[in-house]
Amino acid sequence: MAIQQLTVFLENKQGKLAKVTDLLAKEGVDLRALSIADTAEFGILRMIVSNIEKAKKVLVENGILVKITDVVGVRLTDKPGELADVLSKLDGAGVNVEYLYAFLVPVAGSAYVALRVAENDEAEQILKKAGFHLVEAKDIAS
Amino acid sequence: MEKRYFQKETEIMPYEQLRQLQSEKLVKQVKHVYENVPYYRDLMQKKGVTPEDIHGVDDLYKLPFLSKADLRDTYPYGMLAVPLSECVRIQSTSGTTGKRVIAYYTQHDIDLWEECCARAIVAAGGSKEDIVQVCYGYGLFTGGSGLHGGSHKVGSLTLPMSSGNTERQIQFMMDLKSTILCCTPSYAAYLGESLKERGYKPTDNYLKAGIFGAEPWTEEMRRDIEKSLGIKAYDIYGLTETSGPGVAFECEYQCGMHINEDHFLAEIIDPDTGEVLPEGSRGELVFTSLDKEAFPLLRYRTRDITVLTREKCACGRTHVRMKKPMGRSDDMLIIRGVNVFPSQIETVLIQEGYAPNYRIEVDRANNSDTLDVYVELAPEQFTDTVSGITARERALAGAIKTMLGINPAVHLVAPKSIERSEGKAVRVVDKRKLHD
Repeated sequence: MAIQQLTVFLENKQGKLAKVTDLLAKEGVDLRALSIADTAEFGILRMIVSNIEKAKKVLVENGILVKITDVVGVRLTDKPGELADVLSKLDGAGVNVEYLYAFLVPVAGSAYVALRVAENDEAEQILKKAGFHLVEAKDIAS
Repeated sequence: MEKRYFQKETEIMPYEQLRQLQSEKLVKQVKHVYENVPYYRDLMQKKGVTPEDIHGVDDLYKLPFLSKADLRDTYPYGMLAVPLSECVRIQSTSGTTGKRVIAYYTQHDIDLWEECCARAIVAAGGSKEDIVQVCYGYGLFTGGSGLHGGSHKVGSLTLPMSSGNTERQIQFMMDLKSTILCCTPSYAAYLGESLKERGYKPTDNYLKAGIFGAEPWTEEMRRDIEKSLGIKAYDIYGLTETSGPGVAFECEYQCGMHINEDHFLAEIIDPDTGEVLPEGSRGELVFTSLDKEAFPLLRYRTRDITVLTREKCACGRTHVRMKKPMGRSDDMLIIRGVNVFPSQIETVLIQEGYAPNYRIEVDRANNSDTLDVYVELAPEQFTDTVSGITARERALAGAIKTMLGINPAVHLVAPKSIERSEGKAVRVVDKRKLHD
């Protein structure tokens, strides 16, 4: 059920991110979401893309360190308090969110959020029960 | 100013007489080694040299060289020249892998070594009236026991502090009124800072001199230490292979270290060809022990690059002086007084599941050495969280610390981001620029 995130290790140096986006652009891979966690020395780029296998292949071929990570995608109504509601449900169930980021929405009036938790299935069950719509792979494929 | 020596007769012996003494000792030492160390006898035989060919210092060049590799090959007993039962002590280099060198001492060898250290202490103004605080490490490392023994020979009151525990060092230094400090220069600098932090002025302590060695240091650092502690700082040199500290030491004129050449004969060679170079040339320092019993080494290549001079010294000592070593001719690093081989770090990387693609950077910040290790991250080690990667860095730093005794900063970097080279890889970048 979970959606797949493409995780990329980047050295915190000029041009490293541009190289990745350039390679993906040439392959016609569309970016749905993108977030970076950075330190002084390296960054971890997390992306939701239209074609993850294609994206992974081109990056690996170019010597870039990548990993596929499962994350929970949830669709929210675009109104104040929706994300707070999601997080409080997870928090109430003792689920720790390592990181999250929002992403592009093909449906007007909605917002998508990717959540990284330890147990995807558990988080998904909690969110389903609470009446949230989960994002599926087909929702983000091109 | 009254000139002071520990063993005046030898220390100011006229050069011709000194050379005669060296020649007599050398003939005996070569015979001793030839008869008792089969490994070296083989080397001599391969070169077609017998003890009969050695009549004095002028024949020294005929003898084969020894290197650290020979000591490793003969570890642990291969270089021993007396029955083990005659030995009273073992010391060792700081190496923690196959790089360890074990040195053996008879009581005669210990006395000889301690007398050399005593000469250094007296040259620094020490006498039986002094309180010598020894904060070199004690144990297998030669720093602690060498200066400790030397201080005993002088008759000074010896404070066997060993290294570390700065709070206690300062308390004893102030309460017991230590007058001479023996430690690594970086620790002396650190003590200076620590005293200042606690509100002490340089004039508040009772120290008059410090004898600092076991790691490279600069003139700038010397001046800093002298200022912060209100002392005169003296350099001391040695290596476990020859005994330990005290092979050479500075007098009050601080113009190079006098080599105790009645015990250790020094040569400068071209490190590439092995050719003996004339006085004043820069090259690799080679030592021949002259009167050691247990662990005599003939023409031992130190890998230290320096210059020798016989110019007259105002202190009256006739013994040849060596400049501070400018660097090692092989890949060993001295970091915070500890010998570090890149191969040791490599060993840890492999043990911890990393590929041996790494770069070591040594630098100096606030008079203390820093060690940075850059290692490539393998795909299976990559995690999608920052905390996952920093945890890996910490774990690897811990493993390196366990191996070396030095805490490095570990940086995980992208695969293939560390430059590859044909042949011998440049794995080490020493940015300390201690010498021009």
